[in-house]
Amino acid sequence: MLSDEERHEIEAELTRYPTRRAASIDAMRIVQRHRGWVSDEALRDLAPLIQMTVDELDGVASFYNMIFRRAVGRHVILVCNSVSCWMLGAGRLLDAAAAAAGAPQGGTSADRRFTLLPIVCLGACDHAPVLMVDGDLHHDVDPADAASLLARYE
Amino acid sequence: MTDRPLTGRMREDGAALDLRAYERAGGYAALRDALRRLAPAEVQKRVKDSGLRGRGGAGFPTGQKWSFVPMGADAPHPKYLVVNADEMEPGTFKDRLLMERDPHQLVEGVILSAYAIEADVAYIFLRWAYKLSEARLARAIAEAYDAGYLGRQILGSGYSLELRLHISGGRYMAGEETGLINALEGRRANPRSKPPYPAVVGLWGRPTVVNNVETICNVPHVIGRGAEAYRKLSATGEGGTKLYGASGRVKRPGLWELPLGTTIREILEEHAGGMRDGVRFRGLLPGGASTDFLVDEHLDAPMDFESLQKHGSRMGTGTMIVLDDRTCPVGMIRNLEEFFAQESCGWCTPCWAGLHWVADILRDFEEGRGEMADLDTLAAHARLLAPGNTYCALAPGAAEPLQSGLRHFRDDFERHVREHRCPWR
Ligand SMILES: Cc1cc2nc3c(=O)[nH]c(=O)nc-3n(C[C@H](O)[C@H](O)[C@H](O)COP(=O)(O)O)c2cc1C
Ligand code: SF4
Ligand code: FES
Repeated sequence: MLSDEERHEIEAELTRYPTRRAASIDAMRIVQRHRGWVSDEALRDLAPLIQMTVDELDGVASFYNMIFRRAVGRHVILVCNSVSCWMLGAGRLLDAAAAAAGAPQGGTSADRRFTLLPIVCLGACDHAPVLMVDGDLHHDVDPADAASLLARYE
Repeated sequence: MTDRPLTGRMREDGAALDLRAYERAGGYAALRDALRRLAPAEVQKRVKDSGLRGRGGAGFPTGQKWSFVPMGADAPHPKYLVVNADEMEPGTFKDRLLMERDPHQLVEGVILSAYAIEADVAYIFLRWAYKLSEARLARAIAEAYDAGYLGRQILGSGYSLELRLHISGGRYMAGEETGLINALEGRRANPRSKPPYPAVVGLWGRPTVVNNVETICNVPHVIGRGAEAYRKLSATGEGGTKLYGASGRVKRPGLWELPLGTTIREILEEHAGGMRDGVRFRGLLPGGASTDFLVDEHLDAPMDFESLQKHGSRMGTGTMIVLDDRTCPVGMIRNLEEFFAQESCGWCTPCWAGLHWVADILRDFEEGRGEMADLDTLAAHARLLAPGNTYCALAPGAAEPLQSGLRHFRDDFERHVREHRCPWR
């Protein structure tokens, strides 16, 4: 079931477009902001609200990198692996982040504290290598500092 | 001091200019003036005469793009202006600066551009990762509504405009013009076939113009200074300044607003400070991942649309990615092609099948399994990915670093074959 808060936020988005379907991505982003990810149940609840079938909605969800269809940990670590960061040590940073988080690349730690995902260019290539935790961008990250950086995220 | 219309008034401390500061620095004067004295056709004409070309990658003349929009009493409404703020091209970080540091400049540009095509609604299609841009744009839009620059009867004129911010779900294809339109409609970001062009049949079937953030940020300066003065800002006559950038092993990676047509050498050596100590320059992609490599012999070329084309590359986004001698060129190209393979939308065979194949072959080279014949296979893929074989420009973009890399770094590829390993590992 959608919470009142979720429903309220989605209704507000619906006023910003001429069709209900146009708010589908916003609606899934809202659910994800509240729950961390978009479950099958959430898709079933959302579909009638935006007048799409569950399959159509899943087709949209699966196209976009930032709509998670699997459960994630309490904190999501995104390590840029695009070209400028790759040149400046993104591979080592990914390894260091995996070790510090106790999560494999593309997976979640056993204590569900961290999910670690490689991500395409974060638009901060002049400060490579970079990573993002829960929306906070960290610049010029030395792989040796990955553990102390992640310690801030309980 | 060089004249830097786009960035000259930004604050040193990194904070955004708020409405008052923007107005004090002369902001919204061009809009006031245009709404009072210029008809939409005159705004269009000024932009056309200024020589402004799109800063999103393709370099299409902005005034010409606008001129395809049906105008006047019989035109279908609502018409839309969409700002492409997706900035997903690897190695590109220029639009973020414009949105974070001077969001009102973009808002004023949106209003002027929308007025020029008589649009009723504008959307800013923003990259999900740009959280600070999101917050600052949302605030600037709210301030602009409160001040009467947006909404009904703007500044007492007969013109009305709604401006909305949309946050992308995240996919390279959502930045492609027609993929973006599908994404805004709540669909998968596959491209649409053209014609019909979006200027005639776009968002929800209505006339729609899609322009890049930097393009739109130039518009208040074109209107404010006039076409002639704006054109003279450039070093080579193409019109305006450009936000150039550099990343990789240079001394001072960053962004600089310079006259359009500044040479690659000046950007690389004076502004980026040259290569870091102990590394040597091998080549660069001048404007993001989907542009052809340039090497030593090209360094004196002016970074403008026509010169780079003459040298077999493209201006793209104008943010260069610099390759040094400590980085394996084969590995770099593999990284680029993996990106394109992952982001392919799956519609055209040369793209979805070809790019994975290309990435596999490149991985073989890195792991010592490459053969000389594979070089021909890679070259054949580059030809299949070329313009004309696919629905959108993702595949041709992917071909650019591949075909030029094969040409300029052929020895490096061959060394991988001869030595059965990557010499950099
Ligand atoms: C795969 C792909 C991704 C693109 N991504 C962007 C982008 O993130 N931002 C952008 O402004 N243009 C992007 N473009 C270019 C747009 O299709 C379009 O040409 C541009 O937004 C037009 O604006 P302009 O004329 O002001 O440059 C992309 C093109 C392709 C083929
Ligand atoms: S070129 Fe690639 S991304 Fe573009 S439409 Fe074809 S398959 Fe999709
Ligand atoms: S390549 Fe990593 S932020 Fe752009």
